[in-house]
Amino acid sequence: MGALEAVILTIITASTPLLLAAIGELVVERSGVLNLGVEGMMVMGAVCGFAVSYSTGSPYLGVLAAIAAGVFMSLLFGFLTLTLVANQVATGLALTLLGLGLSGLIGESFVGLPGVKLTALAIPGLSQIPFIGPILFGQDILVYASFALVAAVSYVMFKTRTGLIIRAIGDNHTSAHALGYGVIPVRYACVMFGGACAGLSGGYLSLAYTPQWIENMTGGRGWIALALVVFSTWLPKRVAIGAYLFGAVWIMGLYVQAAGVGIPSQFLSSLPYLVTIVALVIISGNKTLSRVNTPACIGQSFVPDR
Amino acid sequence: MKLILEKRAEHSQKMAVLSPLIAIALTVLVGGIIFAVRGLNPFYALYIYFIDPVMSLWSIEQLVVKATPLILIGVGLAICFTANVWNIGAEGQLTMGAVFGGLLPVMFPEFQSPLVMPLMLLLGVIGGMAYAAIPALLKNRFGANEILTSLMLVYVAGFILDWLVRGPWRDPMGFNFPKTVTFDGWQLLPTFGGTIHMGAVLAVVAVVVLAVVMGRTLKGFEILVLGNAPRAGAFAGFSRTKIVLFSFLLSGGLAGLAGIGEVMSTVGQLQPTISPGYGFTAIIVAFLGRLNPIGVLFAGLMLGISYLGGEAAQVTLGMSDKIAKVFQGILLFFILACDSMILYRIRLITGAKPQAAPAE
Repeated sequence: MGALEAVILTIITASTPLLLAAIGELVVERSGVLNLGVEGMMVMGAVCGFAVSYSTGSPYLGVLAAIAAGVFMSLLFGFLTLTLVANQVATGLALTLLGLGLSGLIGESFVGLPGVKLTALAIPGLSQIPFIGPILFGQDILVYASFALVAAVSYVMFKTRTGLIIRAIGDNHTSAHALGYGVIPVRYACVMFGGACAGLSGGYLSLAYTPQWIENMTGGRGWIALALVVFSTWLPKRVAIGAYLFGAVWIMGLYVQAAGVGIPSQFLSSLPYLVTIVALVIISGNKTLSRVNTPACIGQSFVPDR
Repeated sequence: MKLILEKRAEHSQKMAVLSPLIAIALTVLVGGIIFAVRGLNPFYALYIYFIDPVMSLWSIEQLVVKATPLILIGVGLAICFTANVWNIGAEGQLTMGAVFGGLLPVMFPEFQSPLVMPLMLLLGVIGGMAYAAIPALLKNRFGANEILTSLMLVYVAGFILDWLVRGPWRDPMGFNFPKTVTFDGWQLLPTFGGTIHMGAVLAVVAVVVLAVVMGRTLKGFEILVLGNAPRAGAFAGFSRTKIVLFSFLLSGGLAGLAGIGEVMSTVGQLQPTISPGYGFTAIIVAFLGRLNPIGVLFAGLMLGISYLGGEAAQVTLGMSDKIAKVFQGILLFFILACDSMILYRIRLITGAKPQAAPAE
């Protein structure tokens, strides 16, 4: 295996959790809901995925548990913001605080235990292709899922009626409601999809990236995923590009650190967060780029009149 | 069965007062369930968690010490959130306040004079303000989302502190522990006999001043209008960008003050961790206090109990102190849920089929 190939493989592992969480949040935001609780759903996915896979020995059951945990958390968010029309920003923060606390409590007895690693599923034949093979076809199931999700979200959002309805609700919920679309049910569905993706992303961290449970192991990835959605200007393909760029920055920091260059490790560790800020500034500074695709109703509550 | 929200004709004053209390009651109820699930007697456990910490003079002192940073930060965040400005990076501003203020004793450990204390406090405020100015300026100049930038800066602040105490600022006589020299003399805040220190007084002063600013001054009115009706504010000639900067500087300065206050009292030096998440818990304090400075005072004490209760749960009940974070998260959820009862009447409609709408 060549050096470049190895680097690309590690970049993909670092990018996948960002990509999974961001593609879910993109759908949520396209429907006009801002769920800032990605970090909380993600960390719950990580702990539940680990706990179930450790107890049953099956990483696939762990993946399912991670998804379930993410969906459960997202339903809490949905109930508060969609049914009780609570402030979305505040509720998202609450979701993150609750998720970080609850995961710490649940995961306490699992700290330091060896996890069950999700093994790679090489696709026979295709994975033998030099260079491209191991990168595209020698991954674990969650990496394939991330590829598939980007393609699926991109297709559904822009080529189907469902996508049109979601975007209509995100851009003008009053008109969409007047046309007879169920604003609240559609938003519930999108929020749950976002929760499932965030949970899956957390599961990837505790089952594939580093198969163990460490408190707060998401390390701000949920927030970076949120920034990625802004960075992508709400376009799925750009989410993928952004996620791989961020993954590359993350890995670059590790490589420079390992090379023993005289830069303090703390500076390299803070690089992803600084890059996020720079990326946000560049995209937000460009008004045409950021305004065109921003869902017009994002963050606004909707109460249907009867 | 279906939940339906009916808009009230006007804000329910009764619910505005009741909602935080209902939220606390529901949190205690859920707490009891959690304890019961863990095989503990829920009544005994709840007593240990919520009541025991306020039963002795010593623990009331501890409560005030814990509530001090929460109130300082929470009151600033309350103003921020009222203005619809979302500073959620208070934890980072707290850290930078501690770093800026700590500069003096670390660089000049021999410098002992009555001047040191106010200088350190001032540096702490400046540190917090300077760090909070970053997201404010990025928001005003480039329109970058302040929630994300302020939060990212929390991680960066943590790394800066970590680097300082492991590297250039490490105590040469400290046996290689990642800590700076211990502060003493004028580098520490005066206490009132026990552990309560001058920070508590500063917190009360901040509450009173901001209560007056919000209730009696044009600035306070400006904040209210721009937060609740941005269009009206724009017509009145109030500047959104100025309020963004003002809110960030105010809350950042107070968070910095809380940070330097902590290292000048309970912590007594700089080390990798100086706060058990006060900057995040203060978000809950601000909401529990209904974004009202006086309310924040009580809310800070309430959340202070949650920290003490966590410690009590660990010592007496043999349970992890992580339960504190869970209670705090649940509490914020219930506050937000109960708050919708101020604007809406919630009705549970039962019955298998929806009834025909009466002729209007």
